[in-house]
Amino acid sequence: MNVWDWNFAGQIIPALLNGLRITLIATVLGSLIAFVLGLVLAILGRGPRPVRIVVRAIVEFIRSTPLLVQVYFLFFVLPAFGVVLPALTVGVLALGVHYATYTSEVYRAGIDAVPRGQWEAATALSLPRTRVWTGVVLPQAIPRVLPALGNYVISMFKETPLLIGIGVLDIVGQVREVGGQSFRYVEAYTLAGLLFLLLSYPASLAVRRLERRRAVR
Amino acid sequence: MPSVEKSGADPMIAFDGVEKRFGDNVVLSELSFTVAPGEHVCLIGPSGSGKTTILRLLMTLEKCDAGTITVGGTSLSHMEKNGKLVPADEKHVRDVRKRIGMVFQQFNLFPNMTVRGNLVEAPTRVLGLSKDEADARAKELLDLVGLGDRIDSHPTQLSGGQQQRVAIARALAMRPDVLLLDEVTSALDPELVAGVLKLLSDIGSSTDITFLCVTHEMGFARDFSDRVMMFDGGRVIEDAAPEKLFTAPEHERTQAFLHAVVDR
Repeated sequence: MNVWDWNFAGQIIPALLNGLRITLIATVLGSLIAFVLGLVLAILGRGPRPVRIVVRAIVEFIRSTPLLVQVYFLFFVLPAFGVVLPALTVGVLALGVHYATYTSEVYRAGIDAVPRGQWEAATALSLPRTRVWTGVVLPQAIPRVLPALGNYVISMFKETPLLIGIGVLDIVGQVREVGGQSFRYVEAYTLAGLLFLLLSYPASLAVRRLERRRAVR
Repeated sequence: MPSVEKSGADPMIAFDGVEKRFGDNVVLSELSFTVAPGEHVCLIGPSGSGKTTILRLLMTLEKCDAGTITVGGTSLSHMEKNGKLVPADEKHVRDVRKRIGMVFQQFNLFPNMTVRGNLVEAPTRVLGLSKDEADARAKELLDLVGLGDRIDSHPTQLSGGQQQRVAIARALAMRPDVLLLDEVTSALDPELVAGVLKLLSDIGSSTDITFLCVTHEMGFARDFSDRVMMFDGGRVIEDAAPEKLFTAPEHERTQAFLHAVVDR
């Protein structure tokens, strides 16, 4: 038996692409949650002291526990409260919430980098609080942190295989399926790795370009 | 220059027993003074003497630790509610603050907006002007400050002097009763200073805005002010008409300060 069988490799590609579709769905939806929730956490983190402490505690708690534990926790504990969600939904939620605690730090750094004079000018003009955020602070803070957010999307993409723990058939899930049926793993894992590389590497080049463009400005 | 009735009229700005500390550092102590409507007052004195803090207290960028500050007879820190004096809420503060404009040393234009955006932002969002009204006002003010052709520029495309002119226009777009100028020429290249000061003099003589300026430009203080207050160590040590303060200062500290800055 050859180590590498081209025929078999060709046969499993559709299954892997199907897995890739799930991986991309999880990454895109997870990123959306991470972007929005992270921003909310960052803004609340600048609120009154009690709010700040609660937000801080939640963020630290989530960051200090492994993503896999959170995935299992949501999957097995939510049904106990009568919330039964499809595995992919649970996976997206877990990824999104977990990464939101990281993106919130990214946003925080971006917000802190907006000069104090900008807040003061906005106050001097009596701009309403929400408008100070949406019109002055965030439009300056977010472009600065886009590369860092992009890096988290890439790392989330590479962490989606954790979701096979709850039965989500992403690329790696598909590999295990086909491997389990045929006892051939070399082709499947190699191709899965290549698929990740094919997407991650151009993405990280794009992020690096974005970084350079921001540095030039 | 319109003559200013200093007696009789209610003051536009009144500080009464104001104290401000940063930690153990007492920046202002027992500070009391008034500024009449339309009056031009310059604050001079060494750095760290609390001049800028006065402007920041008025702009509600800082809170005072004791005493009261009123603008047009209305307290910044308290309001009347059911006949009782209670701490001012957000809305009260905003209403008083609307009457005050401020121009900063570092301009603080919003870099994510065009010049037009900077000028129409507050009039539309705060005063409720329509887009067209705010736009017309922006054009008129940019013509006044000599930048009518830069309305679609971004702040980063302008020189420091031009940015400061836009910042002045932005403050004027709110039609303030009081304009606070915080060392507005200190960050400018020397050749741009005179133009900005000339602009301020023109605005001062053609409007009835009350001016309170912190400045190190003694020539400007002398020409522009109705009154000059010399600060040192958080206190007013001399308060006089510019003709008197600059030619025959009474206080020894004022003499030393003027000597130092004029002979620079």
